[in-house]
Amino acid sequence: MHVFKFGGKTLALDPITGTLLEVDDLAGEVLKLWHHLTPAEITAALSDRYSVCDLTEALSEVEELAAAGLLDAIMPPEPVPTDASVGQIKALCLHVAHDCNLRCRYCFAGTGDFGYERTIMDTATGRAAIDFLLRSSGPRRNLEVDFFGGEPLLNFPVVRDIVAYGEEQAAKLGKVIRFTLTTNATLLNDAVIEFLNDKQMAVVLSLDGREAVNDRMRPLADGAGSYSAVSQAVREFVERRSGKNYYVRGTYTAHNLDFATDVMHLYNLGLRELSIEPVVGGAGESYTLTQDHLAALCREYERLADFYLAKRDEGDPFNFFHFNMATYGGPCFGKRVSGCGAGCDYLAVTPAGDLYPCHQFVGQQEFAMGTVFAGVTAPSLVNEFSRANLYRKPECLRCFAKFFCSGGCHAHAYHSNGTILQPDALHCELQKKRIEIALGISAFRSVQ
Amino acid sequence: MNKHIKVIAPGTVKATAQKEACKECQTSCQSACKTSCTVGNQVCQNR
Ligand code: SF4
Ligand code: SF4
Repeated sequence: MHVFKFGGKTLALDPITGTLLEVDDLAGEVLKLWHHLTPAEITAALSDRYSVCDLTEALSEVEELAAAGLLDAIMPPEPVPTDASVGQIKALCLHVAHDCNLRCRYCFAGTGDFGYERTIMDTATGRAAIDFLLRSSGPRRNLEVDFFGGEPLLNFPVVRDIVAYGEEQAAKLGKVIRFTLTTNATLLNDAVIEFLNDKQMAVVLSLDGREAVNDRMRPLADGAGSYSAVSQAVREFVERRSGKNYYVRGTYTAHNLDFATDVMHLYNLGLRELSIEPVVGGAGESYTLTQDHLAALCREYERLADFYLAKRDEGDPFNFFHFNMATYGGPCFGKRVSGCGAGCDYLAVTPAGDLYPCHQFVGQQEFAMGTVFAGVTAPSLVNEFSRANLYRKPECLRCFAKFFCSGGCHAHAYHSNGTILQPDALHCELQKKRIEIALGISAFRSVQ
Repeated sequence: MNKHIKVIAPGTVKATAQKEACKECQTSCQSACKTSCTVGNQVCQNR
């Protein structure tokens, strides 16, 4: 059992069932030992600090929960995907532009070009991607296409064409494609906004928070800051869609370890759907996050949680992506075990139509998987990714957060440790902290 | 109400362990490079 503190409460999570408990100190101590020792051994281990009478009482409460199936130490057997379902694709990340008008210093895409020439996708390739998705999706009805880049709105005419074509072709097969778009917000003009609203497309808008923080990492191509234009555009855009169906996402780096202040800044701009994420990669750069930052980052998540709960209690709440978690309900076991689906359910497509396991592997030849024209030509990679679930990751099997995290990012794992099966240690620690807070928040009902 | 323990949420993780995932729910990139989300945040499309 994982026992931790949040907001003055002591909480205990049973990692395998997902049961969340609020406990006193005694029950917390008992639960830490519960899956490892017998009741008699637990009593012996704790009898120097607690009376036998209290221990017996706490143990009987724990036994009751275990008898009701709320606590369990045994992992269910690994779900093995049927052969038919391996290689069925449900989502594509379309890199419609390997080009960008910003020059973000932390960009994993090499400021948009992914280390290649700056190129954009043509209509024929975009349509071929839709055809590929539809013919590869098997019986799945709900499909997804995310327009990504670079900056996808540098290629807006093709985005518009792909959406029209995708809707038409999907409808013929009784399927639905949900389109999303990730943008730096610099190119949101009237025509674009009308189109995105008309299609009810979920939009992710990038903005890092305070002006100085944003402009240090997100300059325009000519070196000037992007904050004033972007923050204006983001606010206008959100207003024009009545505050619905968007996310503002920022990145924090070693330069703003006080990132909760950036979330507060976004909140004060009137934005209510927020996410701020640790920068990825960039080993050895001044902005790179390392283990040395971990304690400060954990404290900062706590400060953010205080702000989150305060705003909720004041009746003007906001969503913070990482603090949303269904502790009751949530997805099925298969999903909890397999996670993102990169390389099997989900593929990325370059402007030329080349396939990769996801946007973070684009351009790495050892991960080339085929093209939208020829289909997947590297079944061994599909197999490797479809089997890379929790059960194959020793670190994850030991981790309390496994069924909420589902095994982390294959790409970070590969880039940090040379294998998709060993997650990146720093990102794991941050993930675990955020999951503790998300669980903790669910233990506090709104006072409204 | 127990004296030492209060159940906040009874776990349901194992309830669906026997079924194959239908894969109709939203894809969830967990990398910080996109808007990452934990699977705990996902909604089942099949209930
Ligand atoms: S936090 Fe790390 S170790 Fe834990 S489940 Fe996620 S990837 Fe695995
Ligand atoms: S491998 Fe990482 S970056 Fe790629 S889809 Fe999965 S979580 Fe996202």
